Amino acid sequence: MTDELTDLYQDIILDHHRRPRNRGAMENPSSMGEGFNPMCGDELSVFIKMDGDKIADVKFTGQGCAISQASASLMTLRIKGKTVSEAREAIADMQALLVDEKEPPIAVEERVGDAIALKGVRKFPARVKCATLAWHALASALTGSGKVSTE
Amino acid sequence: MTMAGPHAKTSIPFDVAAVREDFPILDTQVGAHALVYLDNAATAQKPEAVIDAVSHYYASTNANIHRGVHYLSGEATDAYDRARITVAKFLNAAEPRECIFVRGTTEGINLVASSWGRSNLKPGDEILITGMEHHANIVPWQLIAQATGAVIKVIPVTDGGELDLGHLDQLLTSRTKIFAITHVSNALGTVNPVRELIARAKKVGALTLVDGAQSVTHLRIDVQSLDCDFFAFSGHKLFGPTGIGVLYGKAALLEKMPPYQGGGDMIERVTLEKSTFRGLPERFEAGTPDISGAIGLAAAIHYLDKFDHAALAAHESALLNYATEALREVQGIRIIGEAPEKVGVLSFVMDGVHPHDIGTVLDNEGIAIRAGHHCCQPLMQRYKIPGTARASFAFYNTRAEVEQLATALAKVRKLFS
Repeated sequence: MTDELTDLYQDIILDHHRRPRNRGAMENPSSMGEGFNPMCGDELSVFIKMDGDKIADVKFTGQGCAISQASASLMTLRIKGKTVSEAREAIADMQALLVDEKEPPIAVEERVGDAIALKGVRKFPARVKCATLAWHALASALTGSGKVSTE
Repeated sequence: MTMAGPHAKTSIPFDVAAVREDFPILDTQVGAHALVYLDNAATAQKPEAVIDAVSHYYASTNANIHRGVHYLSGEATDAYDRARITVAKFLNAAEPRECIFVRGTTEGINLVASSWGRSNLKPGDEILITGMEHHANIVPWQLIAQATGAVIKVIPVTDGGELDLGHLDQLLTSRTKIFAITHVSNALGTVNPVRELIARAKKVGALTLVDGAQSVTHLRIDVQSLDCDFFAFSGHKLFGPTGIGVLYGKAALLEKMPPYQGGGDMIERVTLEKSTFRGLPERFEAGTPDISGAIGLAAAIHYLDKFDHAALAAHESALLNYATEALREVQGIRIIGEAPEKVGVLSFVMDGVHPHDIGTVLDNEGIAIRAGHHCCQPLMQRYKIPGTARASFAFYNTRAEVEQLATALAKVRKLFS
């Protein structure tokens, strides 16, 4: 296996794929968002429960590849207990980490915690949307806009 | 089953190593690995003969057709017309004018749905398709059903990947106006019994359209013997260029159909108030066609015609069997589509591993496969899977490549276990 592949499927990713955290449906969520990747047909739903301005709980459902499932799992850990504006910052950080053409700033890499493991997708353009799907769905849940597409 | 081509001639004995030399792209290196191209059902690679034909056309013949009085226009028109004759022989069409050049299978089906459908379908009329159709043989019918009030009926698919014909009498009735069916499933490899089904459709007076996108590469096609009303295929899956394909239609039907697109080349006489249209095939070829594509497609057909088609088919069939056995040995793999009559395609899923992850790890080994829904979302829904990994074979693939596939899949298994 090449270094790129080892970077993509790091132990953290494989672990979150095998044992996804906060996976499952939520009863009476404050809001939910759906992400859809028309290229592969993968769908992911994110549920959030608010307590005041804080995201008290977050869960996700849906099928997908190791990258999208691990990303969703990492996303829930990253935003649980955060405010809406902090969650929006976390989404912007992932944009910088996964999508932006220039290397992400050190400050971003430090902030994202375990989600840094997703950085390996930068070498796999065909897989970037797998990693961003959960974050798109989260953004949709935060704005209450329902279903979003990665296209 | 024999390989495509109307005249099975035994001129060149089949030698896979020699054949591979005809395809320059097969020398590609993917990182540290030699390319193993197993995505032939998506698009096939092109022999030098096709690349040269297209290149030669632009270097020596390029001009617009059917309009110039000059030398090159005459040459280009001749080459384009000869390409149509080649296609007609390949399909065993009664006449070349029954072969309309289109962009591909998708456009061919859209042409029929739009032109024939709009002028013939009425509310309550039924369109019959199957549960294993490519989106290209579903969506055009949905659009025309919506526009006309016609209703779509579907022949279901069994667990093993065959058509479930148990209730065909209830599905194929005098209400059925057209029956559109894939000859070979792109996602399963299943060869459907189209000849028998076409005969059944005739009995109730339904027209028939065969999606030949996958079958032209593996089976010999004879549209007169099949007795289908329409047959569509794409050049790029038949080792020809992208952007060119063919819609075959019986002349008597095509002649009664209104134009699909309007423009130059398809008209007899135009005034600012109205126009009259040319006959076949020009009526359905508005605008400057893909001249180089048609010539490239004809070159692909001539290339294939050099081989003993039965030998090619036997090689492909042996590869598919070998790959099927090899994958059955890999722990956690389940093959999707186990019809007794299969060609070219091996679709599978692996427990706990998404097809896209399989695709990425294989790519890392230089192996190109397709992962996903294969433009068959209803079929994936039927099997309750998000998609499959699909290895698809051409006659230039080798047993060694199948072994590399199996070895790489064992690595996938290990990585995700």
